[in-house]
Amino acid sequence: MIGASLGAAAYERASEISAILAVANPVGDRRLARLSSRPDVVLALSGIGISFGGVKALSDVDLEVEVGEIRAVIGPNGAGKSSLINIISGLYHADRGRIAIGGQSFSRVPASRLARLGVARTFQNLALFGGLSVRNNIACGRVHTRRASFVEHIAGLPRARSEDAGIAEKTDQIVAFLHLESVADRLVATLPYGLQKRVELARALVAEPKLLLLDEPMAGMTATEKAEMAGFVRAARDRHGVTIILIEHDIGVVMGLSDRVAVLDYGRKIADGTPAEVRADPAVIRAYIGTAEGENGEDIR
Amino acid sequence: MAVQALDAARLPVDWAKLVQKLALATALFVVAYGVVPAYASGYLVEAILLPFLALSLAAVGLNLLTGYCGQLSLGSSAFMAVGAFGAYNFNLRVEGLPLAVTMILAGISAAGFGVVFGLPSLRLRGFYLAVSTLAAQFFVQWALTKFGWFSNDNPSGVISAPHLAVAGLSLDSATGRYLLSVTTVMVLTALVWRLVNSATGRNFIAVRDNETAARVIGVPVLRTKLLAFAISSFIIGIAGVLWAFTYLRTVEPAGFNLDRSFQILFIIIIGGLASIRGAFLGAAFIVVLPLFLSRLGAFLFGGLFDSGVLDMSQRIVLGALIIIFLIAEPSGLSALFDRLKRRIGSRSS
Repeated sequence: MIGASLGAAAYERASEISAILAVANPVGDRRLARLSSRPDVVLALSGIGISFGGVKALSDVDLEVEVGEIRAVIGPNGAGKSSLINIISGLYHADRGRIAIGGQSFSRVPASRLARLGVARTFQNLALFGGLSVRNNIACGRVHTRRASFVEHIAGLPRARSEDAGIAEKTDQIVAFLHLESVADRLVATLPYGLQKRVELARALVAEPKLLLLDEPMAGMTATEKAEMAGFVRAARDRHGVTIILIEHDIGVVMGLSDRVAVLDYGRKIADGTPAEVRADPAVIRAYIGTAEGENGEDIR
Repeated sequence: MAVQALDAARLPVDWAKLVQKLALATALFVVAYGVVPAYASGYLVEAILLPFLALSLAAVGLNLLTGYCGQLSLGSSAFMAVGAFGAYNFNLRVEGLPLAVTMILAGISAAGFGVVFGLPSLRLRGFYLAVSTLAAQFFVQWALTKFGWFSNDNPSGVISAPHLAVAGLSLDSATGRYLLSVTTVMVLTALVWRLVNSATGRNFIAVRDNETAARVIGVPVLRTKLLAFAISSFIIGIAGVLWAFTYLRTVEPAGFNLDRSFQILFIIIIGGLASIRGAFLGAAFIVVLPLFLSRLGAFLFGGLFDSGVLDMSQRIVLGALIIIFLIAEPSGLSALFDRLKRRIGSRSS
């Protein structure tokens, strides 16, 4: 209740700010302000550009993501997909352009406030806490909701206990949702790769984000595991109503899963539309046939 | 109400385990407060138990920072010095301050220092951070020698332990000092145990295992690191008080040199990183090793094995052991202990 009214207040304030920005800044920002004030747009990027040591990883990329859709971003190796997700989550700072998340507009997204902005993500190369059990890894995903201090935790005061209980309940729900019961108390580092990927998805989902960024969630998986993961991603959207941005290298995986697909090549967006539209786009076909498609590997840096 | 019901549902009570734990705790209390004060010789208490307890506590403190939170520090001995000289001055300058309050204030002073010298951890990692904590080591030793005020203008900077008493009961005897030490260590260790098993402790581990992921999910990384430095230094500071007041009785700043910092680091490497039990196993090992070596040396080589040779052989053995542990058993004595327990358990069943 309080959270909702606070969110609304923040939303209003952000809309005001972006309105002011729209007056002070050129066309792109005005467009962003219009987009970010639309309640059905969860995320809007406008004119994003970033270079690493003179190499342009992304230039002038626009993207908007609507509530409840699964939005895929695909492209060959080195197309800039991971840079894009890292900019949205604040790990990289774009040289140009703005990012609007849920009505708030940023030139640099503050990574430390990301969870409170309602954004969760997974990483291309697993980023779990190897020294914690599966359950504790997942519970960490709700750390942004904790208020109790370390003294309250040591003393076991009511606030710390009720936070723990609330988080344990949410964790159990996600553990059941992703069928992780049998491994819940094992150290996460001892699990096979496919399961670790699933734990990462669980840690992101337990935060109950509005927007979920998945960075190659199916990379390195077997065909069965891929199908299973695709099922979980779809279920996460259908049951939890979370909006999803899915970065994938493998064009085949995303076509059946996503509502809209954006295609990056050499840091530029070359196509954007429904899977059918994208598949028929000559620029996409050229980009994919012209490169070594199908190899799994690090795509940017 | 709902919370309790949930707890009960989540934790099916394992009675056998509970009884085992209770028995272990009772045994610990009986030994700590019954057997040792009644039967232990003065030598055992003064030369083994008192340094063991102080070093164990320091190792528990460092393990919190290095083992759990992943921040490598070479400044432990400086924080011990701040604790020891802090306690000395609080006791000296505030009339009638109870011993417990003196110790807590000393710990808080050390915590303050820890936070200041932990600030580089916000930008530096690994060995670079370790080198920056050396600054604490050199600064504290320099300041305590340079400014006579800290040692009440003693010409060589030496401080002596004050009269120790709790609620009018004198604790100056070897047994009294042991009781003070063992109680302090048990209380603080229990608190640390609660901490590392709480959400705060899991934040420490999250920062250690993957700082980027920790930041993105909302762990306040900077605050967590500084908190680790503060709590760790608080505990190490109180360990310094025990070291100065219950074990050595007179200390000079040079007694808290870099060697001591390394010693505490070696304790947690040998005992096991991110393990409270490891801190105790490692400290026991480090305290007993020189005694063992000197007995063995005297037995094998007689008069040839003097203190100089002992010191050398101790360094060689310790150095070799650290290399062996880092390669063969990075989880230290604690992991060996677990393996042994499992083997015995599987044989008896």
